[in-house]
Amino acid sequence: MLGLSKKDAGLLIVVALLCLFAPFLLNPFPEGSAMAQFNGGYPDLMQRLVIFGIFAIGFNILFGLTGYLSFGHAAFLGVGSYAAIWMMKLLTMNIIPAIMISVLVAGLFSLLVGWISLRRSGIYFSILTLAFAQMSYALAYSVLTPITGGETGLQPKYTDPRILDGALPAGQSPRANLFGLDMKATTQLEVGDWVFTFNAGYYIAAAVMLIAFYLSMRIFRSPLGMMLRAVKSNQQRMNYTGLNSKPYTLAAFVISGMYAGLAGGLLVAMDTQVGAERMFWTASGEVVLMTILGGAGTLIGPILGAGFIKYMENIISKINESVLEQWFAFMPDWMGDFMVAIVYPFVGKGWHLTLGLLFMLVVIFLPGGLVEGGQRIGKLFRRKKSEPDTPDGKTTPAE
Amino acid sequence: MGILEVKNVNKRFGGLQALGDVNLSIAENSVHAIIGPNGAGKSTLLNVLVGKLTPDTGSVMFDGQSVLGRKPYEINQMGISRVFQTPEIFGDLSVQENMLIPCFAKRDGSFMMNGYGSVGNQRDMLDKAEEMLVEMKLADKRHMHAAAMSRGDKRRLEIAMCLAQDPRLLLLDEPTAGMARADTNNTIDLLKQIKEERDITIAIIEHDMHVVFSLAERITVLAQGTPLVEDTPDKIKGHPKVREAYLGESQDAA
Repeated sequence: MLGLSKKDAGLLIVVALLCLFAPFLLNPFPEGSAMAQFNGGYPDLMQRLVIFGIFAIGFNILFGLTGYLSFGHAAFLGVGSYAAIWMMKLLTMNIIPAIMISVLVAGLFSLLVGWISLRRSGIYFSILTLAFAQMSYALAYSVLTPITGGETGLQPKYTDPRILDGALPAGQSPRANLFGLDMKATTQLEVGDWVFTFNAGYYIAAAVMLIAFYLSMRIFRSPLGMMLRAVKSNQQRMNYTGLNSKPYTLAAFVISGMYAGLAGGLLVAMDTQVGAERMFWTASGEVVLMTILGGAGTLIGPILGAGFIKYMENIISKINESVLEQWFAFMPDWMGDFMVAIVYPFVGKGWHLTLGLLFMLVVIFLPGGLVEGGQRIGKLFRRKKSEPDTPDGKTTPAE
Repeated sequence: MGILEVKNVNKRFGGLQALGDVNLSIAENSVHAIIGPNGAGKSTLLNVLVGKLTPDTGSVMFDGQSVLGRKPYEINQMGISRVFQTPEIFGDLSVQENMLIPCFAKRDGSFMMNGYGSVGNQRDMLDKAEEMLVEMKLADKRHMHAAAMSRGDKRRLEIAMCLAQDPRLLLLDEPTAGMARADTNNTIDLLKQIKEERDITIAIIEHDMHVVFSLAERITVLAQGTPLVEDTPDKIKGHPKVREAYLGESQDAA
């Protein structure tokens, strides 16, 4: 199907179904119940899950395949966002030109950064990309304030020219749309105590993610993908096999930069504002975490990692002291207070602590990320089913 | 006029004259061995031939074209393939993929952007890789991780990868270093078979006299960066200067 093997097509269908039914899957708890705060099925979070999924899929094409660890990919996301918002200010609130230009501009910028950074490899390459990203951040935050809005950032205003759109009716703020379909348009479905939210922006972002995922599958299975894995495996052999590893690595860098730009453009399409903090180095570090946590070099891993981290960020950071007190209310007072004191540093603003612990556990016990965890569980079940069979060992590289 | 002509090559590392006025001519379709004691400049010479080092003076011509100033991948595309002392293969990839990569490099050149078509649909490439795998008796390992193979199989794979490019000159850097006797003999047989079956020039740098005298048609003896003598194996064996400079010590060591 679509030029994919049966296994890959199956994976694509599974991801498509997950995206389609995410409003149900992420909202398993009835409204108003104690568990309702674990519901993630609201538009803002669902959009972020798929958009950062795109970011991580692209990052994985560089890091997962070639092993080059970029610490500056947030710069491309940020550049894409700024490009998109300028399209919305100058041209139209339709998201199509905004997204196209964000991919294009991020691609050109990553061509420049990659061309320079790829003169070095290993830690020096990482440092160079980090330097570029921090310079971009500094430029956006202060030097280029006329273009980037500096500290306050940018958003479309009523007074912007927007030459393709007609004048807005007085008092109405500009809204991102796809040929008139408002990105914020939502329908709610109430079933008993459950409330499910369907949002236009989410489904558009999810469709874009599916296309991005499909293209990354094609790259993984293509001669280019094989060459990129060769870069990671043995550059010496590659050079002595008549292959120039430089343009291959640069191609991977630019492709992943374009994915980052696409994610940046979509962020603007969903929430029409951008600030320089989007390019800060912690944002670059986050996509590294997502990719490794999910499983670098695997197809589905980056999506899982991005979903996992964004869900944690949104859900765990919302838990506050009074919520904890509710949870431990059934215990005797002294015990409840004790439990609250222990758990409190790990929730709310301390969610990074939880993330850090989980990250350490994954890296130590599951170096292949969540995907490896899934594979191990799968193997466990298979072995139980057919006990006498000897495990056939490694037949294919881990996916 | 040989396929490879090295003229007056000098290479200095600081105060050390690694290569001094090296002249060497390798005839097409011959097996030419370069021997010499440790530190004689064998590896330096090899690195000059493949573009890893640039000599201070002199010229290196391959089939009438200079290789100097070219990158290793460009020299490879001219038709020179190199086998390393420790097998250099793509350890993380499957044996089949290891075989496919040189096939693609031969067909598509040093860079080809094809990120959309599937490798599995490239029938001609798959057939060519399979043919090589069968010829080199690696077909049953095609889905194995290359890094998981035995040392002898890695060596076979590396040689197979070089041959898949149909090189005109195959350079081998101590291909049997660290091998057991049986593996060494297998490698000798393999190289003999390769020589019989195709038009190829083989240049081999080797320490092991057994290997050299079983394979080579011409031998150049290097000592202190300079060719001492070049002749047929029989003449080299009896050459007094060579015995003095090299063979005497080596026979003790072996």
